[in-house]
Amino acid sequence: MLLFRTWKLGIRSLLLHPMRSALTVLGILIGVTSVIWLLAISEGISKEFQKQIEDLGAENIIIRSIQPPDESGGNFREIKAFGVSRADYNMINRTISTVQRVLPIRELPQKFAYTGNPNVKPINGRLVGCTPEYSEVTRLVISRGHFLTSQECESKSSVCVIAAQLASILFPSEDPINKQIFLPEKKEYFKIVGVLQPRNATAAIGGSLAAQDFSLDIYIPISTMRMRMGDQETKRTGGSFSIKSFELSQITVQVDTVDDVPKTAELVEATLRAKDPDRQDIAVVVPYELLEQAKTTRLMFMMFMCLIAAISLVVGGIGIMNIMLATVTERTREIGVRRALGAKRSDITQQFLVETITLSVVGGLTGILLGLLGPFVFEIARGGLESFAPNLYGLVPQVGRDMNPEIVPASIPVSFFISVVVGVMFGLYPAMRAAQMDPIEALRHE
Amino acid sequence: MNASPKKMAAIISGLQKHYVLKSETVRALRGVSFEVPEGDYVAIMGPSGSGKSTLLNLLGCLDRPTHGSFLLGDDDVATMTDDELSAIRASRIGFVFQSYNLIPQLSVVENIEVPLYYKGTLNSESRKRSIGLAAMVGLGDRLGHRPTQLSGGQQQRVAIARSLVNDPYFILADEATGNLDSVTTEEILALFQRLNDEGRTIIMVTHEDEVSVHAKRVIRLRDGEIQVDEPIKNRQVFTEEQIKEISKNASSESEE
Repeated sequence: MLLFRTWKLGIRSLLLHPMRSALTVLGILIGVTSVIWLLAISEGISKEFQKQIEDLGAENIIIRSIQPPDESGGNFREIKAFGVSRADYNMINRTISTVQRVLPIRELPQKFAYTGNPNVKPINGRLVGCTPEYSEVTRLVISRGHFLTSQECESKSSVCVIAAQLASILFPSEDPINKQIFLPEKKEYFKIVGVLQPRNATAAIGGSLAAQDFSLDIYIPISTMRMRMGDQETKRTGGSFSIKSFELSQITVQVDTVDDVPKTAELVEATLRAKDPDRQDIAVVVPYELLEQAKTTRLMFMMFMCLIAAISLVVGGIGIMNIMLATVTERTREIGVRRALGAKRSDITQQFLVETITLSVVGGLTGILLGLLGPFVFEIARGGLESFAPNLYGLVPQVGRDMNPEIVPASIPVSFFISVVVGVMFGLYPAMRAAQMDPIEALRHE
Repeated sequence: MNASPKKMAAIISGLQKHYVLKSETVRALRGVSFEVPEGDYVAIMGPSGSGKSTLLNLLGCLDRPTHGSFLLGDDDVATMTDDELSAIRASRIGFVFQSYNLIPQLSVVENIEVPLYYKGTLNSESRKRSIGLAAMVGLGDRLGHRPTQLSGGQQQRVAIARSLVNDPYFILADEATGNLDSVTTEEILALFQRLNDEGRTIIMVTHEDEVSVHAKRVIRLRDGEIQVDEPIKNRQVFTEEQIKEISKNASSESEE
């Protein structure tokens, strides 16, 4: 009963200056909202990262070929093969016992066209030479037709499987199955035997920062690729030729169990670097390790976000303290009257503390409500940016475009608790100052 | 302890109050002794610097004397802690201030209840009592009003109702009519007389002779000592008709 009256009185005192109280509440509100939003965004980003890494396959080890920087500098260059070779592939396949499957992959940037649809200009895509196991290891889902078969690989057939987006661009109104894809640079035709379902981009690997995009891929048997295109690539840029030679772009090693991954990765690395320990033309990427790193990074990220949010809460708290100190001075007379009418020091402390707690609780609750709206606001902001400022939107990293903020459940009670603590902490001093006033002096105060 | 046949509301003996200002000790009260029997109506007068305010603070239990004793009922206020003084103020003293000192965010009834809130005896019974007191001072129809919606005289009547709510040993009025015009001053003084006639003890600090002549007894202070302590000779008393007339006018006073 008494407590209820204290709260009622506190709220009424605050409502005497609605504007002032609202602004004070705003400080805490922004603090709490930012705690929830920042945590939701960092959770969303790290989830997206983890998903991308998981798409690489936690039980996989990926070896990428890296083109070494041009050191000769002269016009005449010796054409030297770089990267992982078929010999490396065979070595890994035969010597390491924990390896379940090894996939050789060779990628070429390539233009694709469909002669039956001359309206569409050739598309810049990626030609991927691979084996039938590729679809299992990378968890490809076929929407129509079938993936490359071992029979097609052995017979070195000119067949291909195309990615969903590419299919929809080249064949907007036709069934792509059994149609011929034309590669203008190679003057080759490939018959489409399967169409994939859309696939998410995976985390960046092999020294590049951008996420891997699979939306414009065409998959052909690696044996066909070798027979038709060899190991050398000639590129014409601005009148001069450049030739590069590589046998494979990537080897994906699938390990029996995730537990064996670190050990196997070491073995693979040692095998590849047996001859030249300082070899610069390969990179061994272990998604499992990336995942572990990402988890640590996530924690750091969250702590960092918490720190920023905590600062804004402290700022809000100082706002409360500031207002309460002003209020105490302004209400000196009231304090004197209350003391004269029998209020103990503790009653006065309680009265002012109730007011600050009310402010911070109201700020905390509205902050939580606003915080819960965070993902919607984010979605609207992203949609708005996409339709009104596409150029700006293009600058947003892939992760920012794909990720969805995810509210961390713990952030709600935690931020509420912190806001109350801030209210008590920053309210205590003004309240005690009010209580310590000499009633005689306070009564005389004008 | 006292030989007087009447019961005492307050017994003051040898009261001294010293303040230390810088290195100098100011002796604001230099040994003041008097008794206030129940039902008395005392005016305390004196020029500024006479120790009037100091005595008022001590009588109001807002301060403790340096020497001497102040018996309020059976308890010596001189030795009490701060919290005990607060409790005494909440239960035994009824303050009436010069500038009314109502709490702006509370209604008339809630203002009257404030001492009970701190005394811890707030209940539906006391709410009835507060409403009754508001009616008694002629504000029965303005229970929900805020202090800012009332005139000075009305605010002071709310303050008087507030001073009565805890059934105090005495009402301590500090220049209670100082901010009021002569008509309203009469109105408040008539109310005090009515309360005194009903048996309430009143101690009134004032510097106006026109006000003090309504009391039964005057104590004049000078330089921290009692100069005069005597009954008022030509006491001005409102007649029954006058009181009725005044309170009728007061309650029909238009809202300001």
